[in-house]
Amino acid sequence: MDQVTPTLTAPAPHHSDHPGFWRRWFLSTNHKDIGTLYLIFAFCAGLVGGGLSIVMRMELMHPGLQYFSNAQAFNVFVTAHGLIMVFFMVMPALIGGFGNWFVPLMVGAPDMAFPRLNNISFWLTVAGYALLVLSLFSEGAPNSNGFGGGWTVYPPLSVTGHPGPALDFAILGLHLVGIGSILGAINFITTILNMRAPGMTLHNMPLFAWAMLVTSFLLLLSLPVLAGAITMLLTDRNFGTTFFDPSGGGDPVLYQHLFWFFGHPEVYIMILPAFGIVSHIISTASRKPIFGYLGMAYAMVSIGVVGFVVWAHHMYTVGLSLQTQAYFVFATMVIAVPTGIKIFSWIATMWGGSIRFTAAMHWAIGFIFLFTVGGVTGVILANAGVDRYMHDTYYVVAHFHYVLSLGAVFIIFGAMYYWFPKMTGYMMPEWIGKLHFWIAFIGANVLFFPMHFLGLAGMPRRYADYPEAFSGWNFVSSIGSYMFAVGVFVFIFGVIYAFVKKVPAPNNPWGEGATTLEWTLSSPPPFHQFEILPRVLPNGEIVTASAEK
Amino acid sequence: MPVRKMPSFYRPLLTLAFFLSVLFSNSGTQAQEATAGLPRPWQINMQETVTSFGREMSAFHHNLLLLVTVICLFVAVLLLIVIFRFREKKHPVPSKTTHHTGLEIAWTIIPVLILVAISVPSFRLLRDQLTIPKADIVVKATGYSWYWGYEYPSDQGGFKFDSIMVPEENLKPGDLRLLTVDNEMVVPVNKVVKLQTTSADVIHSWAVPAFGLKIDAIPGRLNEMWFKAEREGVYYGQCSELCGNGHAFMPIVVRVVNEAAYTAWLDDAKKKYALNSSPMNIASTR
Repeated sequence: MDQVTPTLTAPAPHHSDHPGFWRRWFLSTNHKDIGTLYLIFAFCAGLVGGGLSIVMRMELMHPGLQYFSNAQAFNVFVTAHGLIMVFFMVMPALIGGFGNWFVPLMVGAPDMAFPRLNNISFWLTVAGYALLVLSLFSEGAPNSNGFGGGWTVYPPLSVTGHPGPALDFAILGLHLVGIGSILGAINFITTILNMRAPGMTLHNMPLFAWAMLVTSFLLLLSLPVLAGAITMLLTDRNFGTTFFDPSGGGDPVLYQHLFWFFGHPEVYIMILPAFGIVSHIISTASRKPIFGYLGMAYAMVSIGVVGFVVWAHHMYTVGLSLQTQAYFVFATMVIAVPTGIKIFSWIATMWGGSIRFTAAMHWAIGFIFLFTVGGVTGVILANAGVDRYMHDTYYVVAHFHYVLSLGAVFIIFGAMYYWFPKMTGYMMPEWIGKLHFWIAFIGANVLFFPMHFLGLAGMPRRYADYPEAFSGWNFVSSIGSYMFAVGVFVFIFGVIYAFVKKVPAPNNPWGEGATTLEWTLSSPPPFHQFEILPRVLPNGEIVTASAEK
Repeated sequence: MPVRKMPSFYRPLLTLAFFLSVLFSNSGTQAQEATAGLPRPWQINMQETVTSFGREMSAFHHNLLLLVTVICLFVAVLLLIVIFRFREKKHPVPSKTTHHTGLEIAWTIIPVLILVAISVPSFRLLRDQLTIPKADIVVKATGYSWYWGYEYPSDQGGFKFDSIMVPEENLKPGDLRLLTVDNEMVVPVNKVVKLQTTSADVIHSWAVPAFGLKIDAIPGRLNEMWFKAEREGVYYGQCSELCGNGHAFMPIVVRVVNEAAYTAWLDDAKKKYALNSSPMNIASTR
């Protein structure tokens, strides 16, 4: 396996020519351009998904219905926010965006294994998004537009409750983005297993590549289950099958098992790439190699494996037997062990280092603390006995926003500040990223921490209106969401500022701590890199060909 | 190697953390002693619970909260130490340490031990919740879009009624917006009530936080849970599974009364709801 001879012949000279605008951006086979497309797409979708959540927080700022004429419209916003953020923001940004950009660079490959497949993956994602947006404007529940049954799409609400075509559009949209992700996963697995630079073994490849490898296997194994479940839903809705309809011998709980068999690995799909990126940011800023590299890599593998056998902790209230619940309690808690290994290894990497507090490092340190908070509330929720109280309350909303919004999203921004010079060739002033960080850090905590209190007080999720007793913390939470939104504008300002000022970035702006292969290339990297493959010597030293274009 | 110096650094801080978290988690319970069964403004902790497994759950959650607060503060303190001791100016030459077997074993084994310790009370709580004792009365709750229906079997008189939220314009003084219903479910105090749930359309979830209870109402399934309310009073809950437009508007209200009041209510209810029902033999398996 490690003695892979590069069978790719050097491309003919004319391949290096830059194609025209149409061919470069719409028919792209270049992993960096496709990565850029993914990032731009994810940012736009994120603005839409984030905008939906701001409207939700405006509605929830005070009790009573202020902005929505009915609760169903609010439910449609909740659903669209969830689906867009999961499938069209976090996944495209971390996997399609940074994965495409940096997996080939880090493993020393000229491109992804299947460049055309890569292009299809991206455009299927866009098409899926278009279908999802269409679904917002077509009839779902009688006399209202859009699907309002939550991102989990539980039947029978998603069958009898929404007879209109809205959910059919959304299901087809999920199919497309799912196919895109599966093809992307195949591409990453092939690239990482077969196209590492000579001498780079699995056990000395960068942790981000490890993270993407595990993520890709999770995608490959879990997405077909989702595809099966929503196809059964589609036939239940349109062709008279009764997979999930008890009047024909089906069972709605079957859908929940299928959905969460996908849905739980999905949360690791969203966070594992962030784990990989955090390792690089911390190691770079601390000017120290990562602590316990193998432990870090295999912690991710074990999170991925165990992540497949814990799904029913989302279903403690459906009436599972005592023994079943007890099993899922323990299996779920096991995941805390590899996660703890990662947290402590990151801290140990910083320990003894010589830390430069770059903007990216701010986000990474913020991530470690906030992910810990989200992780420990996960341990509380893992206990079925306590979850019986917390299930479907705002406590759960607080928990998963701590791990995803303050985890994955923080690292999307952290990675932007870390790799911005490499991707664009321009430096962004560090104060912009730091200002953005402090606004987002304070804003997100003001936004999500009170949700713990609301959940403990008993406020259920997905409520457009709530009893007056919940109004205090809801008001605070809404203020936090506006703060977080201000931070996003700082980010937009920073990007524009960097493109206007055009301060050129050196190959490696971060110094000796940045040891991965992308920093050996120019900023931005040449259109095709590593036409002569770099070599990794047994002592870990990297020998690059000086002849870069 | 600087790692070995850690204990002397964090031990006093850990004590402080423990103290703070005790303060934090107590302030909530003190604030809500007045009444059970309702959320209160600016509440930061669980509602007071009035069932045996509810109290067990609260106590378990309290301990878990202490534990996780200590863990979070421990991580925060480590991060602060790292931030102040190992910044570029103070510590210009980075060490090259990338392995420490003892440390790596410790942060694997200690979390395992903590989790095993958690699992013991967790499994006990689970068993206490899910092992249903011999029931004194059985009540069946059916979820509809968007209200609850309750059925009392023939040994209680055999009647059924719907429990619908009182809309805002019809609220009387003392009623609670989004929580008050027209017909409450009534049960006797200190009796084991077996609650069966199902649904007539989409999935709903029957929840009363003060009982520590939440159980989905799923079409085609009959779920069972139980509770024994140990204090008279009115206990409120809200539908806890997204069920459409009226999801936020189908509260659950349980009035727990003494034996005499319950008997009187049964007599009234039999007459009041007689038109609703033909005799039923649901849940005769008490």
